[in-house]
Amino acid sequence: MDYGLDRKSTSLKTFNTIFIIVWLLIACFPFIWTFWGSFKVRADFFSRSDWWYAISAFNTLIETGGKFTTDAYTQAWTEGEFWKASKNTIIVTVFVVSISLFLGTLGAYALSRSTERYAFWILIAALIFRAMPHITLVSGYLFPFFQLQIWGILPTTIVVLVAINQPFTLWLLYSFFKTVPKELDESALIDGCSYFQAFRHIIMPVMWPGVITAGLFSLMLAYNDFTVTALLLNQENHTMVPKIQSYLGTNQHEGNLMWAVSAVVSATAPLFMLVMFFQRQVISGLTAGAVKG
Amino acid sequence: MGINSPLTQNLMPNKTFFWFFLPTGLAMILFIGLPIISTGIQSFYAQHDQVVKEVKKCDPFGCTVSIVVDNEETTKLREEKPLGKFNGFGTYVDRNHLAIDEIKKFWNETENFGAFVDQVTNLPFYKALIFTLTYCLFVTPNVLLLGFIIALSLNAVARKIRGPLIFGTILPMIVTPLVGSLVLFWMIDSQGIIGANIQNLMNDPYLSLKSSKTLTWITIIIYGIWHHSPFAFVVFYAALQTVPQEPVEAAIIDGASRFQRIKHIVLPHIYPVVTFVALISLMDNFRVFEPIIGFSAEGSAQSLSWLIYDNLVNEEVILFGSAAATSMMTIVGIAILLAPVLIRTWKEFKTAR
Repeated sequence: MDYGLDRKSTSLKTFNTIFIIVWLLIACFPFIWTFWGSFKVRADFFSRSDWWYAISAFNTLIETGGKFTTDAYTQAWTEGEFWKASKNTIIVTVFVVSISLFLGTLGAYALSRSTERYAFWILIAALIFRAMPHITLVSGYLFPFFQLQIWGILPTTIVVLVAINQPFTLWLLYSFFKTVPKELDESALIDGCSYFQAFRHIIMPVMWPGVITAGLFSLMLAYNDFTVTALLLNQENHTMVPKIQSYLGTNQHEGNLMWAVSAVVSATAPLFMLVMFFQRQVISGLTAGAVKG
Repeated sequence: MGINSPLTQNLMPNKTFFWFFLPTGLAMILFIGLPIISTGIQSFYAQHDQVVKEVKKCDPFGCTVSIVVDNEETTKLREEKPLGKFNGFGTYVDRNHLAIDEIKKFWNETENFGAFVDQVTNLPFYKALIFTLTYCLFVTPNVLLLGFIIALSLNAVARKIRGPLIFGTILPMIVTPLVGSLVLFWMIDSQGIIGANIQNLMNDPYLSLKSSKTLTWITIIIYGIWHHSPFAFVVFYAALQTVPQEPVEAAIIDGASRFQRIKHIVLPHIYPVVTFVALISLMDNFRVFEPIIGFSAEGSAQSLSWLIYDNLVNEEVILFGSAAATSMMTIVGIAILLAPVLIRTWKEFKTAR
């Protein structure tokens, strides 16, 4: 709101600047601090006696001979088998994103082009499904999955995450498809295309921004999920987030806690970079439902 | 949101719609619809009691009859009927859920109402319900408020530097709640940078998150605000971009103060968005449970979702029935939360036709 008329007083400007700086500190400092601390030994990062140790690296110098150490990373990735967890996360994420988008674009296109009463009710049902806490769904899955002996493996988790993700993906893509004029597919149909051909060759090419946004949100859901992956995967197949939880332990071993710190940094860094690249899409996705709708 | 006007002709025939919608519909029915039914069925069953048998043991001093668990029979029974024994509404009213008998007992035995409330709020289900509601009640309004203030404030800075500022602002939202709460916990723990310094300042070496229930609740609520505000910010920020300029300019000429402009022009314009954010935020806050694990706060804060999780990771026997009963009651809670919105949408839909 940069109105030519709207002159802000200096004090208001100063106050605004201070507020933003304080807020950004609150929002970002915990991550910067964890990143910094992940290169120290536990006695420095978790020090009761003197927090300055985390800066001066007092114990890190004694234990490793340097001010920074990557021990926590190397140990977590090798001994802690974090490489396996990240491999599993990549598999789950890739499949969830591609299947979600495939199902979601087809369904949302149909919803956006139908004027029948049921299309409206399907969207409402999707909204209700979106509200279901994931843990209540998991409590429904566990028993049948044990009986069918499909518990613990990656494909089951992938299918479950795809399904849990559908309501949001449908709403998001629906609001994007609504912005594509109906005349576009109408003319294609008149030219003799089938619905699927019109969808595939006319509509999808102009839908890329929406598809990228929906893909990013599926990715964040699959990548960040804890409830489903922690309860539906066996130890061997754990993805990164449940793995981090397993490092915490109950009586917090020294090695393990620093493993958790380095694992948190390892898991968060790719996500931050991704969001940095696709910031515009993330924001347009969050606002699509609210502002356009 | 986006209701089709009846005037536009129907473009897509039912049959085409069916085939386009089939894959996603099937996924949702199989993995969201059926699990809810499965949860409903499981909630009426309880795990088997252990089969016991009497064993007569004789030694020089005489014979004793003792009761021991018949492991073989128990395993057999569990394999034959894996769902457990039918329990009707038994699980719903037991001590770990609605605790009807206990409440009756407390009502008759306690002296005054305060003591009665104290007793009831110590029952696991009510304890979790109260935490969940408190969390929703404090987090949701503060998220709206803080999100709105950040949006106003960022909207006032120069366009060039907004990009990085927005990136910094949305960081708490894009990490998973478990990681977000861990990152904060490591700072405010008694061995972390903030926690240790507060201990030194207050000169109280025993002051820590775990020692006080109130502190734990406040921390989790602050975490909730920290984690959810960026979402409110993003939506409000986008909505602010669409506020029409003319009325604002007219108001400035008329001498309206900044506060008056926000109250009378900006807020009414973004009002529909506010309800949207409030609804989403309420739905997400109601399912809170990862921060309880991240802050290792199980001792003093339990939510409904955490109760279900705890039943499902039970070491000895997974308590399917108990978890399912809590789940069903959580779903009822969600339904009550959503009811006003659904009724409103239904009315709008009817008038639109």
